[in-house]
Amino acid sequence: MRDSLRGSSLLMKFIDPLAPTKSDQYPFTSTPRGYTFTLLAGLTITLVSVFVGMNELFIEQFYFSYLIGWVFCLSISLGCLFIVLIKHLVRAEWIVSLRRIPEAASVSFPLLAILSIPVIISLFDPHGPYHHWTTEGIADPTSSHYDEIVAGKVAYLNIPFFLARIAFYFIAWTFVSSRLWRLSVLQDVTGDPHISVRLRHLSAWGLPLCAITTAFAGFDLLMTLDPHWFSTIFGVYFFAGAFLSAFCFTALTVAWLQRAGMLRGVVTAEHYHDLGKLMFGFVVFWAYIAFSQYMLIWYGGIPEETAWFKYRLQNGWETHSGILLFGHFIVPFIILLPRAIKRYATPLAIIAVWLLMMQWFDLHWQSMPVLHKEQAQFHWLDLSCWAGLFSLFVAAFLWRFSRHAIVCEGDPQLGKSLRFENV
Amino acid sequence: MLKKVVQNVKASMGIYQAREDMVYGLLAEYPNPGALVSAARKVHSSGYRHFDTHSPFPIHGMDRAMGLGQSKVGYLTLIGGISGLALATWLQWWTSAVDYPMNISGKPFFAIEPSIPIMFELTVLLAALVTVGGMLAMNGLPRPYNPLFYSRGFSRVTDDAFFLHIAASDSNFDLDETETLLKEAGATSIEVVHDHGYSEVYTL
Repeated sequence: MRDSLRGSSLLMKFIDPLAPTKSDQYPFTSTPRGYTFTLLAGLTITLVSVFVGMNELFIEQFYFSYLIGWVFCLSISLGCLFIVLIKHLVRAEWIVSLRRIPEAASVSFPLLAILSIPVIISLFDPHGPYHHWTTEGIADPTSSHYDEIVAGKVAYLNIPFFLARIAFYFIAWTFVSSRLWRLSVLQDVTGDPHISVRLRHLSAWGLPLCAITTAFAGFDLLMTLDPHWFSTIFGVYFFAGAFLSAFCFTALTVAWLQRAGMLRGVVTAEHYHDLGKLMFGFVVFWAYIAFSQYMLIWYGGIPEETAWFKYRLQNGWETHSGILLFGHFIVPFIILLPRAIKRYATPLAIIAVWLLMMQWFDLHWQSMPVLHKEQAQFHWLDLSCWAGLFSLFVAAFLWRFSRHAIVCEGDPQLGKSLRFENV
Repeated sequence: MLKKVVQNVKASMGIYQAREDMVYGLLAEYPNPGALVSAARKVHSSGYRHFDTHSPFPIHGMDRAMGLGQSKVGYLTLIGGISGLALATWLQWWTSAVDYPMNISGKPFFAIEPSIPIMFELTVLLAALVTVGGMLAMNGLPRPYNPLFYSRGFSRVTDDAFFLHIAASDSNFDLDETETLLKEAGATSIEVVHDHGYSEVYTL
């Protein structure tokens, strides 16, 4: 037994900071065909989208579509990071046997940082989604672009500070997530129970740090698309969607792994039941936050706040709002209510796919009315950017996941997790 | 007829009728939780339904061993929730649009937006109250009088003893046969509990 881990080569560090470790008890047994195919498909679709999208005809649409697809992957990664942090902080037992999945998915930040290049470029492009506040002369009263409201926010809304903030978020998330990942894999190798304590200490300051940076990432990446509008709960709304998607992603991955013959007898109906309960809970939490935001703005009736909802309740966007209400809350709420649905892989996986689609739909609903005020629409780039980026995300996740034990075998709580039962 | 129905309902809550000779049932003590679980499994598979187990703490797997099945209290919760939702909707509409309509900053008299918090709270409130109330009712609680309290040894059930009680009202109940069954399942002591203030205790 070694008592330390080797780092991986420089290029591979962006996907997995650790060199592969061996597991006798819980190895990844599927062939690499799955993730190679996903990787190739993802690369192809992303590159085609970028090359076609970067042409003048589609450029505005492309920036938005790419941003939505990228934020979708980012939100899953962040949600998974929160699952791991909260697990360590509350010493949750049940989740130990499937913890490696959110753990592996939360180490995606270096990859997402590379994939953020088109988003960064868009800041400097007058066709970019952020042009409402990045335009030259926006704070200059003599300029024809002068915007009094944005001028008042210019101390916060300027490109250098925006870039510095995004960089800070990514450094913080990368640091916390890769440290959690490293310690967890190290525990598999050494079996040292004290690593659990170190993980808990890390989570104690990691959780508030990630909470604040996630809220501000929501403000910066999505809320500034409409820089006149503001909502203090928006960060929580972003978190709610992210956390829910992370549980869906985990449930879906577990169901897929079990179908591929892994984790059998390790993840049981009891674990599915808990994942289902959390999905149910955060469907309600999402609706609670979304409604809180809506109701206060409805009650206040101040034009600068209601405008955001006005755009989303006219020109076809009202259909989208309705679909969101039913598809993201009412229907999953009713379906997830019975106990039996939550205890079986197949129905739970179907709901997970549905809710992940709804997360994307939600991000689309938040961003797209800024571009298409006149008519609600989908563009093929919306789909291709999402498909490409998500495939890359999944391929990197699978590859990283396959290099280590797929169960946290060194965790002293594993036994309790395997025997876990809902009373 | 009605008496029979009432008896069955009470039996489902764990309140059993004593026999005419005032025999309430047999109370067997087991040495540890594991023995109690396997005894419960054996008693259930022998066809007994009017029986209960008592221990100082909850035991994993006991529900399954006793063949209790899924708790029905969730359906009560659902009914409570739907009633709360309906009540709140009616309350909001009737008070603000019918009984005492008031114009508040030009908002509609009845609108769904400000009503949702009330609808949500009353849904949760009634669901929670019905859950707790339904749970108590289905368990026959509170129950200040229980013939098992006549057994002297039974007071140890809140401390370190594990008991299984088969009621005399069970259709399979037979003093000798049931006693043999309990003994085979590993009981360390068995007593006959009567419903009028005394019990005979003997150790095996």
